[in-house]
Amino acid sequence: MLEYPIFIVMSKSYYDPADLKKFGDISKFQPELGKKFFDYYGEVFKEGALTQREKALIALAVSHAVQCPYCIDAYTSTSLEKGADEEQMMEAIHVAAAIKSGALLVHGVQMMNKVDELTM
Amino acid sequence: MTVNTKISLKGQQGSLSNTSRQIEVLEKSDLPSFKSKLKNLSLLPLYPTQLDVFQVNMGKMCNQVCKHCHVDAGPDRKEIMTRETMQQCLDALDNSNIQTVDLTGGAPEMNPDFRWFVEELSKRDKHIIVRCNLTIILANQKYNDLPEFYKKHNIEVVSSLPHFSARRTDSQRGEGVFEKSIKALNMLNEIGYGMENSDLKLNLVFNPSGAFLPGDQKQLENEFKQRLKNDYDIDFHELYAITNLPISRFLDYLVNTGNYEAYMEKLVDAFNPSAATGVMCRNTISIGWDGYLYDCDFNQMLDLKFEGKVPKHIKDFDVKKLESREIKLNNHCYGCTAGSGSSCGGATA
Repeated sequence: MLEYPIFIVMSKSYYDPADLKKFGDISKFQPELGKKFFDYYGEVFKEGALTQREKALIALAVSHAVQCPYCIDAYTSTSLEKGADEEQMMEAIHVAAAIKSGALLVHGVQMMNKVDELTM
Repeated sequence: MTVNTKISLKGQQGSLSNTSRQIEVLEKSDLPSFKSKLKNLSLLPLYPTQLDVFQVNMGKMCNQVCKHCHVDAGPDRKEIMTRETMQQCLDALDNSNIQTVDLTGGAPEMNPDFRWFVEELSKRDKHIIVRCNLTIILANQKYNDLPEFYKKHNIEVVSSLPHFSARRTDSQRGEGVFEKSIKALNMLNEIGYGMENSDLKLNLVFNPSGAFLPGDQKQLENEFKQRLKNDYDIDFHELYAITNLPISRFLDYLVNTGNYEAYMEKLVDAFNPSAATGVMCRNTISIGWDGYLYDCDFNQMLDLKFEGKVPKHIKDFDVKKLESREIKLNNHCYGCTAGSGSSCGGATA
């Protein structure tokens, strides 16, 4: 139990967790494209050659790679609902991290090529 | 992560062990009431269809103290059904055509008259289901022969295993529960339970170990089958995905972790009209340890007794009168109508 009160000052932020539920509202300004997008989105996440759990884990990893807090929130819940465990979820994030860092490091070859070009 | 205690919420004198307090929390919400949802579907009042399942809660005593338990069961709970009440159950069954008897608890096996009751049901050729928590089989030497006893009476065993990982199972059911559950499942498999083409039915229950809803039942079943076979050589028949209802210890967990409102919103958003027409309270009657009658085990734990001229106790059991009763509803019922629906037999829609 806290012995003193804490006053939380609500600060304005670009990210509000409540906005996640308003995702569908993006169709308001462009219904036709919005509908196409959500139809496509729905199809993508249906059970197919990959299970819904596998798709949720891919989405969770990509959410981290694109650093989208809404997506991390949504796909953490979805991964749990689809039966993924903590180990699988963290491994998925490591896959994203490995590709992100690998993608950076492979550019080292470009740097090395340029070094070759410029140096004697 | 929250910690598993060794005693029930009642034993801790938790405010949410009080059923009136639980109802107060459930009703104090900006969300649409469950009754209003049913009214929109012309399902209010909700009536039973046909009484098929006779579910007996044999007592609140249990060797486990699972965090999500809607019964608030535990080793400190001493409320168990007497043989006299069991006899009244048998008399009621003798005057009806109900074939399925579902035994639950607590751990029903801890009731000293459990075996006598099963033998009596078996004589009457009933389809008997036991909701076995698995660890009871290993809890004491006197329970080690339970698999053989189940087999002798061709009992269908339904057991909770919230996940194929030890961490997720133990976080809900207590430290070391996963390992013991696996041993118990191996024992059941050894005598034929859960094996392909075996009549000895072994079904597992998945219920989320946290503030989230269960995913697709069939997909979860496939995942469980693959993982349990590969990792532990375990076979089982079906997996029932069951949603946690916001009552008792799960309600206490939701409130204490700040998850209550978001969880209720999830349930309301996932309301499925076809699950609403197929809710289990329409074909089930639930009997409490003291013989009182309820629409389901959840209503029993909220002490939502029947009103008016409907029989209220097993000694007054009357199928026709019970089939014409109005089912008692509150916002916890959203748990049975979310997504693919939820019942003691898993998804309903």
